[in-house]
Amino acid sequence: MKVLIPGISGLLARNVARRLLAQGHEVIGIDPRGWPGAPEEIDLYPIDIRKRDAEEVFRQRRPEAVIHMATISALLADAEERYRINLGGTRAVFEHSANHGVRQILFIGRHTYYGAGPDAPLYHTESEPPQELGTYPELADLVAADLYAATALWRLPALQTAVLRVCYTLGPSGHGTLASFLRGRFVPMVLGFDPLFHFMHEDDAADAIVTALSAKVRGIYNLAGPQPLPLSVIADEAGRRALPLPETVLAMLVGHAGLPRLSRGALAHVKYPIVVDATPFRKETGFAHRFDELTTARSFADAFPARGRASLVPPH
Amino acid sequence: MPDDIAARVDRLELPFDARGVDEFGVSKWHLTVAFRALAFLYRRYFHVRAEGLEHVPPRGRAMLVGNHSGGIALDAAMVIASCFLELDPPRLAQGMAEKFINRVPFVSTWTARCGHLTGLPEHAQRLLESERLLLIFPEGARGTAKLWKDRSSLVHFGTGFMRLALRTKSPIVPFAFLGGGDAIPTVGNLYKLGKLIGVPYLPVTPWLLPLPRPTRLSVVYGEPMRFEGSGDEEDATVEGYVDRVKARIADLMQRSPA
Repeated sequence: MKVLIPGISGLLARNVARRLLAQGHEVIGIDPRGWPGAPEEIDLYPIDIRKRDAEEVFRQRRPEAVIHMATISALLADAEERYRINLGGTRAVFEHSANHGVRQILFIGRHTYYGAGPDAPLYHTESEPPQELGTYPELADLVAADLYAATALWRLPALQTAVLRVCYTLGPSGHGTLASFLRGRFVPMVLGFDPLFHFMHEDDAADAIVTALSAKVRGIYNLAGPQPLPLSVIADEAGRRALPLPETVLAMLVGHAGLPRLSRGALAHVKYPIVVDATPFRKETGFAHRFDELTTARSFADAFPARGRASLVPPH
Repeated sequence: MPDDIAARVDRLELPFDARGVDEFGVSKWHLTVAFRALAFLYRRYFHVRAEGLEHVPPRGRAMLVGNHSGGIALDAAMVIASCFLELDPPRLAQGMAEKFINRVPFVSTWTARCGHLTGLPEHAQRLLESERLLLIFPEGARGTAKLWKDRSSLVHFGTGFMRLALRTKSPIVPFAFLGGGDAIPTVGNLYKLGKLIGVPYLPVTPWLLPLPRPTRLSVVYGEPMRFEGSGDEEDATVEGYVDRVKARIADLMQRSPA
């Protein structure tokens, strides 16, 4: 199958591309960031998905499937740029796909779509609307892109569309939102709160996306692997020191004093859990994760060791 | 204190991972600390007497449904302690926490790590479908707000628990909890002051604070009740089932030795 991956330069996308190649698929990538050292079998187009050149790739190469991974999180760009990339880019991908014979498309979204708040259920199912956007407006463009992608399910019935809401990924690459949060020696926490974090090994996430493609899933699916863990336990397993701070102090400190950059609204995400029920995806595709939650956290710690070892919750 | 608590936590039939955390975030370490405190209260302070424990299923989904007694969650704590300390193998009864709890630092974390999720229908259903033991007080916060003079009465029962039992095909184990009203004799509730500090109300006792005195408490479990249905029955039908559970709890309250 000929598969086009917008956003192929991201770590997860590269892993997906390598797996597709190994399975004998033809892989085309679009990403202005480029990919130094990419496998030579992959045709790379270092262009912006919203530009005219990108449509030409669809027109000339006629991919059968598209895996849209060209979205970015609030940590990486300002609001205007995020809207251009996340919403404008997603619209372009779906329009080009519809106009140039693509038969299957996967939109790779995020489980943070659901938002974090005190009144939300612990396990989110696909039927739930996003919550708490008011407290974290930086999420709005990703939520809008997710909802827009889902409209293809009724707007473009000939296109086999799946929206995958993927939990955090973690692993030896050190890429991703959770890895950035854990990168320093200290992991900031809101004093008195220790939310569950839902994450899966980056290799499992890539496997799951490839599985979704070959199973030709249609619909909206949460994608997760093993059970979630409290943030303090993740920090401990990753060899970091949890640093509980009063919420007001934390709000002033983020981005300074060696703490990771974090928008103020994101503090809800370190107070309350975002956990997803991925049962429908597992039932539909037969996907099973290979790495449990502790192995996953340790694989990150082995690649990015931190000095010292905290133990908020003693091992058993 | 003889430490049978850690051994009992080890014998809980819950799917803990190698760090002692399960899929709902229940933590063996937190349970051990909490049950050490609860065991002291249960055995030494209140000398709780539990009867009919054979009616609590040793495993599989079930709902413990009973009356509120006492101005704070003493009743829930002692019922949970009785299932943990007296059943063999021990079981973790998981309560439904008032929504305000999730906003309170530390309390939020400890409540969740001990298995008591926010009182949402989604949580109750998911716990039952995971074959857990659910603890329900159908009187809700109105029940804990009962004054001392009303301590042996039952206020209105909601119907949500019955629809849940029907939908998940879960047996209901009725229980009566007595003595909480004497341990914490509420003479009034301060609703406005409670709101200011983020709780539904503050109970006032003759000694002002809702600190329990060491009176004897008891919990009596009745035979499991099973109801057939889909959970989508009309209100009148469900209310009829609820009345049967309520009558059974009232009966157990009369039979209680306390």
